Amino acid sequence: MASRTCKYACDMEKSVLVSNFDKRGWAQVTSDEEWNFYWASVVSAKTIFNVETGYRLQDDQIINHFPNHYELTRKDLLVKNLKRYRKELEKEGNPLAEKDELGHYCYMDFIPVTFLLPADYNLFVEEFRKNPSSTWIMKPTGKARGIGIFLINKLSQIKKWSRDSKTSSFQASSARDSYVISRYIDNPLLIGGKKFDLRMYVLVTSYRPLKCYIYELGFCRFCTVKYSASSAELDNMFIHLTNISVQKHGDDYNKQHGGKWNIQNLKLFLQSTRGREVTSKLFDDINWLIVHSLKAVAGVMNNDKHCFECYGYDIIIDDNLKPWLIEVNASPSLSATTVNDRTMKYNLINDTINLVMPGGEHPDVKWNKTPPKGLYGHYQLLYDEELAKQDQEFSKGKVSLGSGSRREGKVKHAATWK
Amino acid sequence: MSRATISGDLNPRLIDSSIRAKDKLIYEQLKNYVFKHDLLVDKLIYKDVKLTATNDDQYFVFEDFIHQVLLLFSRDTTVLKHFAQSSATPPKSYIRGMLGVSDYAVVYPPNGIIPFHGFAMYVAPLCYVFDKPITLYYFFREIYTRHLFRLHTISSHPQGIVSICILFESLLQACQPHLFYHLRQMGAHPLRLAFKWLMRAFSGYLASDQLLLLWDRILGFNSLEPLAILAVAIFAFRRVNLLETSSYAAAEAVLADITTIKVMPLLQVILLPKD
Repeated sequence: MASRTCKYACDMEKSVLVSNFDKRGWAQVTSDEEWNFYWASVVSAKTIFNVETGYRLQDDQIINHFPNHYELTRKDLLVKNLKRYRKELEKEGNPLAEKDELGHYCYMDFIPVTFLLPADYNLFVEEFRKNPSSTWIMKPTGKARGIGIFLINKLSQIKKWSRDSKTSSFQASSARDSYVISRYIDNPLLIGGKKFDLRMYVLVTSYRPLKCYIYELGFCRFCTVKYSASSAELDNMFIHLTNISVQKHGDDYNKQHGGKWNIQNLKLFLQSTRGREVTSKLFDDINWLIVHSLKAVAGVMNNDKHCFECYGYDIIIDDNLKPWLIEVNASPSLSATTVNDRTMKYNLINDTINLVMPGGEHPDVKWNKTPPKGLYGHYQLLYDEELAKQDQEFSKGKVSLGSGSRREGKVKHAATWK
Repeated sequence: MSRATISGDLNPRLIDSSIRAKDKLIYEQLKNYVFKHDLLVDKLIYKDVKLTATNDDQYFVFEDFIHQVLLLFSRDTTVLKHFAQSSATPPKSYIRGMLGVSDYAVVYPPNGIIPFHGFAMYVAPLCYVFDKPITLYYFFREIYTRHLFRLHTISSHPQGIVSICILFESLLQACQPHLFYHLRQMGAHPLRLAFKWLMRAFSGYLASDQLLLLWDRILGFNSLEPLAILAVAIFAFRRVNLLETSSYAAAEAVLADITTIKVMPLLQVILLPKD
């Protein structure tokens, strides 16, 4: 009998990946050979999907990126897609797009006000002048891990982009100069006086119909230094940035826990200090935010059946327990900084593989992508558009799956949120 | 996960956690003391926090709060009142040149309690419930002067650490004679294994939500006995594995990680009568 051993290719030498492949008895091959499962870097995936340099994938090949994931993972495109999605909902008269007296979206207001530079420079200036004491955060569109980010609170600090916006619009702005500027959240929720952000892992196995799963073992990343909003501190990046890569070199970095706090601890803390209801609402809001961010790009995403993707969502919670989406990462770090971290990431990969390849032996892109619940591991079904449609056909408005799922029925949405 | 009830259901008779204007003044006063004078024990406190709370992946977030609370606590002379219920006496220092002359004796540190390794862990769990340092401070002071001080002072008090140890041993011997004998025989005396749990009131050993449930029971029963009862229940729960061990180190390993232990069912097993 011919061996049906699964052959994998992997671009990164990460123990949490390799040990998962090894324990399944998979054989390693290079990406040039015939592989069944490819955990690729963003760059390699791009090459494969490139019209000129790429190739067609077979029915027994799956890869961990969607061809145009950057619609979600690039800061400027995410903002563009979200804005477009909101406008579409508004045009349809969808109650989700409802606005309040100040013109803010009631339910769709989960990204901080953001502009693209240099293109939207003038729009930004207009907004800035409305709130001259506001702080803004500048992020280069192409970079990750906290590189190149800085804060500003004066227009003079971004003079450079003012010049660029006045140059001929035919001149393509280089990727180096392309930034997004967002309203800085200066009232973050502090715990123990420290600022933190949330990292949640979300697995998407299909965009149309949308099928997404949220990993229960998300974590909070804490700043080592106590938070201070004073302007003198604006340059101390350790206070504001929470990316682990930047934190690692701060004085107080601790190798035991790496500044990472289990999300269960966050839940306990919030339940005890703020109450159960508002805590549940916060986590519902987070799920809501994730589902809608995915829906916003679902239309433009190339729904290649060979693809799945495990995203790293960065979310900040403000003092009013409102979550804000900061960024989505296509390649969340799989390096482990502590023992707990390694265990968690190992389980993440394990559960991910189980969900995208339930048979365990060989991928088959023709399957219906509805894995049995027993394989979820620490994943929770966030939203399955296909199942939701089936539910709707029974004309019942029941929430069928998990605490974080949302159905499609517009009427019930209105009832839930109003 | 059930909600920690210390804040929510706290019966006002048990501990009054409301902060009055007078409390705020005292708190500010204590903070001033911290700014004005350094004490040598501050270094001990700092070291303790860094070694215990800061290294704990449940509590590290609160290290600054814990530190702050303990600095204030050492300077709080109202804590001296609790010595009326304690067999311990606060350490004294003497004005220079007047050694032994009681008129020139001064309590040191001002609250009479020299911090020791692990002291910070008495404060740590409360940080999950009180997000303002001032309420955290007063609640900690109250729970310490009512209960926790008995865990690190020698006395014959029925709630003192000695009595809790005796309760643990007698209860274990009564409930699990076979296990008790087995452990003793191989040189792993049960008390040696459980002592650190008892002295720290399980802080740093149980998962934080479970720990808060346990401390709620302590407040509710107004007694430290639940500590002994839980310890017995854990031994009983892990009985099978413990019976398979044949050395102290092996027994220690079986009991090393109790973060998965659920407090309520275990307490009920021991407390409720068997049919």
